[in-house]
Amino acid sequence: MLPLLVLVSLFSFAIIQLMPGDYLTRARLDPQIKQETLNALARRYGLDKPFMTRYLAWVKGILTRGDFGTSFETRQPVFFTLFLGSRLQWTLVVSISTMIITWLFAIPLGIYSATHQYKASDHGLTFFGFLGLSIPNFFFALVVLWLLVAVFKVGNYGLGIGGLFDNRFIAAPWSLAKIGNLLWHIWPAWLVIGTSGMAGLLRYMRGSLLDTLSLQYVQTARAKGLSEHIVVYKHAVRNAINPLISMLGMTLPNLVAGSLVTAIVLNLPTVERAFWSALQMQDEYVIMGGLLFFSLFLLLGNLLADILLAWVDPRIRYN
Amino acid sequence: MIGLRRKKGLKEELEYREYVSLSQGQMIWRAFRKHRLGNIGTVIVLLLVAAAFFAEFFAPYHYAEQFRLYPFSPPTTFHFRSEDSFTLRPFVYKTTREFDPETYQPTFVEDSSKKYHIRFFVRGYEYRLLGLFKTNVHLFGARANDGSEVPVFLLGTDTFGRDLLSRTMIGGRISLAVGPLVILFSFPLSIVLGGLSGYYGGGIDMFLQRFGEAFMAIPALPILLAMGAALSGFGLSSTMIFLGIIVSLSLISWAGGARVIRGQVLAIREMDFVTAARAAGANDLRIILRHITPNVMSYLVVAATLTIPYMMLTEAALSFLGYGVREPMTSWGQLLNAATNISGIEEHPWLLIPGIFIVIAVLAFNFMGDALRDAVDPFTIV
Repeated sequence: MLPLLVLVSLFSFAIIQLMPGDYLTRARLDPQIKQETLNALARRYGLDKPFMTRYLAWVKGILTRGDFGTSFETRQPVFFTLFLGSRLQWTLVVSISTMIITWLFAIPLGIYSATHQYKASDHGLTFFGFLGLSIPNFFFALVVLWLLVAVFKVGNYGLGIGGLFDNRFIAAPWSLAKIGNLLWHIWPAWLVIGTSGMAGLLRYMRGSLLDTLSLQYVQTARAKGLSEHIVVYKHAVRNAINPLISMLGMTLPNLVAGSLVTAIVLNLPTVERAFWSALQMQDEYVIMGGLLFFSLFLLLGNLLADILLAWVDPRIRYN
Repeated sequence: MIGLRRKKGLKEELEYREYVSLSQGQMIWRAFRKHRLGNIGTVIVLLLVAAAFFAEFFAPYHYAEQFRLYPFSPPTTFHFRSEDSFTLRPFVYKTTREFDPETYQPTFVEDSSKKYHIRFFVRGYEYRLLGLFKTNVHLFGARANDGSEVPVFLLGTDTFGRDLLSRTMIGGRISLAVGPLVILFSFPLSIVLGGLSGYYGGGIDMFLQRFGEAFMAIPALPILLAMGAALSGFGLSSTMIFLGIIVSLSLISWAGGARVIRGQVLAIREMDFVTAARAAGANDLRIILRHITPNVMSYLVVAATLTIPYMMLTEAALSFLGYGVREPMTSWGQLLNAATNISGIEEHPWLLIPGIFIVIAVLAFNFMGDALRDAVDPFTIV
């Protein structure tokens, strides 16, 4: 994991270096800033040094001081900028809740699809699954916004647009009304991000369960005279679900990409949103910090999926 | 190939058995034909590809032509009924932009004094069909009986008064080209690196796999956005930026393919027919090209059809966010870039239409890929 992160950091650093100009390019155009100030800034951020020196200095800062660099924009440490105002918390809330909801829908629907193979309902579910997969997240978010604002005219009630809360709730202490308001705002994100991951899971669950249902022990269970309900849910589903847990890790990149785009369109106060503003400002260190954060998120997710798999399936042991 | 055909009668079953000795290609084709949605998808894909090839013919105007009098014109209304009669020949009226005296909101008002009939195969701007034949025939246009013409905007116009239908047609060409171009770059990388890794194993395998994992550990969209940002500002032409986008998409996508190919090669390498070939004195190159590659081929075909929609989606997201295809080049995602803010969409909802094309195209490719995957899988019983 650690060597991977080192490689990731090197990649992201190289890409950032490819960016034309830097934060100072903009400052240079401002006649009010003196040349000495510019030079001092360049020295302070090491902008005048060659690539490897800057990279090593950056890595050294991370290792020795836990310093990921300073945002040019906010003049604050990178992680402070990225996570400002409980953004990390909201990223986790949005991603994890979306994931849970996707699974809550995809697994039962997958089971239903498998037990009703080739029926109209199975084809219908497959079609809707593929539709969800094929709608670009950003387009879906735009359409949801348009429906809410222009067609149903509920935009004035703050339904799901602009942030996670109405203004009056942002600073308010937690209450039932605030949670209600959060749900009011978060469901478009669930809908948009969730539908894109649903199809894969649904198809996978369907395939896995169909494979399991054709195994001999299921036949034995049926031959014993067990009810179909017990055969499916107790014998087959229990085993069919294991391969899906390894899918957990694979769905994560989708989740990150989905929540990135959705956070931008729906204006959610998440880390993704901070990364996006940094990208537009060419705030180098924050971009690198963001890339590292997303990679770490993926790696940790994969690790968790592996652990979960070993925990759920006693046959799997890692050495 | 026998069994699981409960719905057919016995006679057909017997008839069917006579055809059991099918070539692999025939079997794949048969299985492919069974996948209804897959077939529909394939037809749509073919139609879209044809539309992309003949884009200028379907586009009534040049995609960059600005109708200064018609900024944000809504889709032109087609009329079938005039005050006196109903006609099957649709006609349009000339519209002029007027401002609401109170809100100063622009609206387009129809002037119903003169009818402009929709005509097919009209003359318009000159272009080269398929890049070869010089012509100026376009699918449709509107002309009045006295010969005067009026622009028709089937899908409305954007902020510069550019016809969205024409832009969608030309943009579709780019959107559809992204997938195949990425495959052109990334598949050779996947095949060579995955093949080497799987065939030789050991240190090479170890190194290449770790290298590939690093590429996969970076979430695609954030890094692509960063790469897209890096591309801008070198003063590159939009074609060069497009190529840059293709290269960066290839860079992030080769690793996944390489990993699967490695796994397949690893499995095939141990099979008896490879051992037999080796015993017969075949060298590594021959084994890789003649014995292993054909076995990986079906995976490659399926992976290709499924990579195309994925790349389309990614390119669309990038372009929508402004870090993909740039003006003057256009793609479906780039067209949606105009619909970024909510007040814009509220007033000009037709700006969302190119997105529908993305959905249809991606859906069609996904169905086609799904059908192909089922068809080439030798373990599927049909």
